[in-house]
Amino acid sequence: MTAGRVRRRLADNALGYAFLAAGLLCFGFFSWYPLVKGVVLSFQQDNFVIPPFWVGLDNYRAVFDDPLFWTAWKNTIQFTGLALVFGYAVPFVIAILLNEFRHLTGLFRVLVYLPVMLPPAVAVLLWREFYDPGDGLFNTLLGGVGLPASQWAQGSSTAMISLVLVSTWANMGGATLMYLAALQGIPGDLYEAAELDGASVWQRIRHVTVPHMRFIMLVLLLLQIIATMQVFIEPYLLTGTSSPDTITVMVLIYRYAFKVQNDFGMAAAMSVLLFVVLGAFSALYLRLTRSAD
Amino acid sequence: MTLTAPPPQALTEVAATPPGPGRKRRTRQHAAGTRTLISAIDLKRHRVAYLVAVTVTMLLFAGAFLYPMWWMAASALQTPAQLAEGKAIVLPASWHPENYATAWTNMRMGKFFLNTAFYALGGWLIQLVVDVTAAYALSKLRPIFSRIVLGGMLASLMLPASALLVPAYLTVADLPIFGWNLLNTPWALWLPAAANAFNVYVLKRFFDQIPNDLLDAASIDGAGRLRVLWSIVLPLSRPVLGVVSIFAIIGIWKDFLWPLLVLQDPEKQTLSVALARLANTSQVPQTEFMAGLVIASVPMIVIFLIFQRSIIGGLSAGSMKG
Repeated sequence: MTAGRVRRRLADNALGYAFLAAGLLCFGFFSWYPLVKGVVLSFQQDNFVIPPFWVGLDNYRAVFDDPLFWTAWKNTIQFTGLALVFGYAVPFVIAILLNEFRHLTGLFRVLVYLPVMLPPAVAVLLWREFYDPGDGLFNTLLGGVGLPASQWAQGSSTAMISLVLVSTWANMGGATLMYLAALQGIPGDLYEAAELDGASVWQRIRHVTVPHMRFIMLVLLLLQIIATMQVFIEPYLLTGTSSPDTITVMVLIYRYAFKVQNDFGMAAAMSVLLFVVLGAFSALYLRLTRSAD
Repeated sequence: MTLTAPPPQALTEVAATPPGPGRKRRTRQHAAGTRTLISAIDLKRHRVAYLVAVTVTMLLFAGAFLYPMWWMAASALQTPAQLAEGKAIVLPASWHPENYATAWTNMRMGKFFLNTAFYALGGWLIQLVVDVTAAYALSKLRPIFSRIVLGGMLASLMLPASALLVPAYLTVADLPIFGWNLLNTPWALWLPAAANAFNVYVLKRFFDQIPNDLLDAASIDGAGRLRVLWSIVLPLSRPVLGVVSIFAIIGIWKDFLWPLLVLQDPEKQTLSVALARLANTSQVPQTEFMAGLVIASVPMIVIFLIFQRSIIGGLSAGSMKG
């Protein structure tokens, strides 16, 4: 290699990194570094007042000893499970239905996606008004059909379901539209052939639609689990950060770091635990989508 | 230099539907007509049942998705006492449009609105500059180790936002090397938002489709790399830039938890965070609070109605988003 070519290669690489510099700094500072810092922090005591020092596994021990720890996990899993019951099948069914409609197709899509466009804080605060245990809209409607009023988010037994309902309302539009796009990819001749073979509508759904949708259903299942396990805004705005009925893992992290004790070490330890759980789902999701490319 | 070739049709199509499993099939489906679960003949035969199904579904949709928003906008026009009754109103029981004006000034929604707009526009600009240059370098310049860099960026897709929340907060509070405290400054929103692996990935994949010959020809004509990016790559990439832009602005406008942490100064807060704070103070009349919710929503609804094709299309295509 001549000196000129070496210089040329160096200049090319330098130029490439000049273009990459801003991206490297942003990712470095706000993605890669915090990842390492988060793990380090979970083994340190850090409360903003004194310089951080190593404490070994103390943070993890403290987190496990917190009576709210298991409550938070139980609530988070309950939220995720209920969100699957309500939010997972409904968009699929709606998408199958909408895909058959030949009229107002654009309007249906706009309407179902409208709540997704609302800032989540607005959606939850609006529903907080609806949920008012005194004269909220929902209690008015219940009274209108002769049912007793509910405590909704304020009631110990109904709080979790109230969080799930608003979350489902605010988020189902995305999944519905993704299912619709996937449904449009199913070749029509398959339905034609199934019908000629005498398959009923149900059989066509079972043997044509569902097998073709299996991939996107799995992807959306993983995405929904990952998203709902990080639930924060619904409990934060509807029931506050201390209600044992609805405290979730993210709310607990928020409490450790910003609310009760400014204990960033404990918050980091809790984050690491959540990360390990979510990381398993994330890895599965990435493997699925990568291999599909 | 005026090398701005009209975008090849194939390229713009790729932008509308980035390469994914759906693309090839969709064209096939168009060729075969739009046969779905139920055949056109059956739909004709059961015309009445079909129309009933469409009507009932539309009524349910309007009730479930549109009515709550109508209720929000209309109830803000009433008196606080009327709002407190929690009636299923069709029209506001009284007419007080000044509630919106009071919310804008007294509740200072105008200030928070401008804050949020400023954060959204600045964040959009910074995301575009950072992610476009990075994607261009990774796609066309390919300096040494660029594959590792790309891998590192994509790996961050696997990181749930919550896992980084606390360490990212501490980083923003005391930026390593520089020692800056970015809390309560717009940079606390802008810079982390620019570390968006999904944007880099989508942009890079789009740039990959632009033939190198086109860029080489420009280089031979004496255009520098920046010039090539500005005059050739970007004009060709308009569709993908549009989708990235819309999602960037929506993302910042809707964000809650991160601005709640890094912008605690009430003067600097976004609409969402300010509304959440005001929701727990009793001195705000409920009607004005409702008006505040409407004010926070209107820009998103307007963006959606204008760009619904890009948003719904980007969503369908971007179903791989992490």
